Amino acid sequence: MKAELAIVGGGPAGMASAVAAYEKGIKNILIIERDKKLGGILNQCIHHGFGLHAFKEELTGPEYALRYIEMITEREIPYLLKAMVLKITPADGKTPHLLEVMTDDQGLFAIEAKAVILAMGCRERPRGALNIPGYRPSGIYPAGMAQYFVNIKGYLPGQKVVILGSGDIGLIMARRMKLQGADVKMVVEILPYSGGLVRNIVQCLDDFEIPLKLSHTIIGIDGINRLKGVTVAQVDENLKPLLKTAEYIPCDTLLLSCGLIPENELSLSAGISIDEKTGGPVVNQRLETAVRGIFACGNVLHVHDLADNVSIEAAAAGEAAADDIITGVISDWGEAKRPKAAPKTRYTPRANLSLANQLVCIGCPASCVVTVEKEKDDSLTITGNACPVGEEYARKEVTAPARNITSLIRVIGGENNVVSVKTTDGIPKDKIFACLSEIGLTAVSAPVKAGDVLIENVAGTEVNIIATANC
Amino acid sequence: MYDVIIIGGGVIGLSIARELASKQLKIAVLEKNSDIGEGASKANSGIVHAGFDASFGTLKARLNLRGSTLMPKLAKELDFEYLNNGAMVLCFSENEKPKLEELLARGLKNGVTGLEILSQAEVNKKEPSINENVKYALYAPSGAIVCPFNLAIAMAENARANGVEFFREKKVIIIKKNNTCYFILADDGTSFEAKVIVNCAGIFADEIHRLVSSIPLTLAPRKGEYLLFDKTVGNTVKHTLFQLPTEYGKGVLITPTVHGNLLIGPTALDIEDKAGVDTTGDGLETVLKKAAESIKEIPRREIITSFAGLRANSGQGDFIIAEVSDSPGFIDVAGIDSPGLTSAPAIGEYVKALIADILPALDNPHFVSKREGIKPGNNEVICRCETITKAEILAAIQRTNELFKNPGQISLDSIKRRVRPGMGRCQAGFCTPRVAELIAGELGINETDITKSGRGSEILMGLIS
Repeated sequence: MKAELAIVGGGPAGMASAVAAYEKGIKNILIIERDKKLGGILNQCIHHGFGLHAFKEELTGPEYALRYIEMITEREIPYLLKAMVLKITPADGKTPHLLEVMTDDQGLFAIEAKAVILAMGCRERPRGALNIPGYRPSGIYPAGMAQYFVNIKGYLPGQKVVILGSGDIGLIMARRMKLQGADVKMVVEILPYSGGLVRNIVQCLDDFEIPLKLSHTIIGIDGINRLKGVTVAQVDENLKPLLKTAEYIPCDTLLLSCGLIPENELSLSAGISIDEKTGGPVVNQRLETAVRGIFACGNVLHVHDLADNVSIEAAAAGEAAADDIITGVISDWGEAKRPKAAPKTRYTPRANLSLANQLVCIGCPASCVVTVEKEKDDSLTITGNACPVGEEYARKEVTAPARNITSLIRVIGGENNVVSVKTTDGIPKDKIFACLSEIGLTAVSAPVKAGDVLIENVAGTEVNIIATANC
Repeated sequence: MYDVIIIGGGVIGLSIARELASKQLKIAVLEKNSDIGEGASKANSGIVHAGFDASFGTLKARLNLRGSTLMPKLAKELDFEYLNNGAMVLCFSENEKPKLEELLARGLKNGVTGLEILSQAEVNKKEPSINENVKYALYAPSGAIVCPFNLAIAMAENARANGVEFFREKKVIIIKKNNTCYFILADDGTSFEAKVIVNCAGIFADEIHRLVSSIPLTLAPRKGEYLLFDKTVGNTVKHTLFQLPTEYGKGVLITPTVHGNLLIGPTALDIEDKAGVDTTGDGLETVLKKAAESIKEIPRREIITSFAGLRANSGQGDFIIAEVSDSPGFIDVAGIDSPGLTSAPAIGEYVKALIADILPALDNPHFVSKREGIKPGNNEVICRCETITKAEILAAIQRTNELFKNPGQISLDSIKRRVRPGMGRCQAGFCTPRVAELIAGELGINETDITKSGRGSEILMGLIS
């Protein structure tokens, strides 16, 4: 098999790079995806928070993926599913890059490509790498795996949950488990601050009064067959546990959200050198690795907080690869340029907000601290917001707080047990659980298409529940 | 009525089962867990010891050497991973050299071939990653490594192919002797009869022993903790590197594994709880600290998991393998601590000879000595870290199913030990749901019934509501 451009991975990075390369004039593209559909990790990220940059509206992960899948389909860009690249042998001047691919139906074969884009994403740091001592029962999951079980398969991994690490997946899963009826005991973070986005702490933990234990860690795991409990302790400034503070927390589930690692085993097979700091390939400003003609983007290059930023970076990689293929010129590689992570606001615990009338806007990742003052005539003066979203959010938050909710509805006869859904608008905060119980009592028959209205006027809120994915 | 019932499906029981299968005997293996090889067989160093440690004249010394000699041929016959990488015992000071010489002398007396003491320069040449303060090393070219999981599984599958019956989830709670045979009752109410019983219950062999005998036997668990590293640093060392032994055992070793990982450990701590396979902060720190004496740098960032295993310490300094004098036809194979894995093939032979005296039998003319492992597949990759395909996982499910005579479930760990999905750097983060799907599909059960490691370790708690 031959392609001008082979893209390894069909997640947000792979798809955005394919579209960008296509727009530059490269038609002979091949995306190689491991899973049974395109979209990568977006398919299990059924929560909101995607698309603010790329589409100027807030989408869920599956919806964001569908936008790109549509672009791929419209352009008839070919892709392989259930296909994994095992090895890349770089071009040597005479022969093109050679990708060894294993697929479900055709077994092992080779793909020749003029240029390659690496977009394999990342994986989660497992328990073993964290060196948490104790037994090895079931019930200890990387947060992303639990997310797959709940959001794709429709299974509940456990009922009494402790989360270690306050990365975004951990925070998102704290809320998800809570919404699905689990008792989420706490989120434990070894550092004195959270690694997650501020808006996620506000809307995933604060909204549901889930405690965030900063400067704490887990020092023991109990339970031989299934997890029975964990021992949580505070740590000192050197991150050493203070044994006197140890507290036993009974739980049947421990979710780990302790960092993501770019998956570069394939890059290594091609002789690509890895930046110790980012964990991703060393690249120049064109996102080209030191192996000429092989580019990298997305979480395989460095771990991003936002999928939108992945798409922007990936488009740049797609364009650079297209330029090379079109011109056929091998320019000077230039200098290594380490991609920068987007600047991040650090969480201010609610208790630390100087006034009771301050709140954190969850409208976008900027997480503005907004102050609301009530004037004599009952009008509100709102300050501190960087954009109109903050003003609107704050006004609503003090008068009639509302939340957009995502969840899952049982599907009968579908590819999976459930389909992801969302409210079409914010619903009153105090109606969240009423809304969820109605969702819980609903079952629909396949096929379901994204956008289908599955519940009208949920819990009397005049808001509809629509599907956010196909099933 | 069985001729021989083996209590315990660990590597020792399985080796005996496989050896006995070459005779015309009706044999069963009773295992209390949901799969074979669930005890010490799954949590050890995976080392084929050359045989210089055990005292001359002991059963241990004899069976270790014999096991080490049998292993390469057995690995070919049964198709499990074996690598003759050679071993070294490191010595860090001039003062300790006599101890190294003592080991050398003992090894020679035990019949180990090829042993020699290397100078610092010679050690460096063979093993460049070695710490600078290593002064000498005892080099044992016959030292090797194996896959402990597949060694056990291969012996079981071969025994099964030759007619041995395997029963899972049969914890023996009562044994009664009548005139002609033993009556065995399992905790699920099923019973068995056998002319001869072989007690291979590992750390629990003393409890099984006490069901029939009044002769004292006590086994104390001695915990060993290990750390496993990613394949990216599997070539940190080429040989298995020991330190000078202490009263607790052979000390902390550093070794590549047959699958290309790096393994360090074990500790040696006497504990009371026979289920105490938890790792400890102190234990893991000790392993890291001790290992750091042997080589220049421990790649801490590449740790992928840790685990602990229990050795069965009889306090008698030797394996206990004999017919129990107050219970004719009942054979103890107890206190099989290190080098138990190495000795397993030899223990099989040895027990076969013991049984030949008690229960003479003709050779099994249909005995097939060869077994083939599961070959790499050619379809969808399910475990990306270890590149394990759907075909391999399905084969493993099918073989596990065929191994046992009684129905039962197959855990994720059972598949992991057979074909390695989840053994890699992400530690089953990606493949767990997929392997669960495949097991459920093959067995016709719900995914919510899938366990990590047998009953009680279910991974899911039902559909979301």
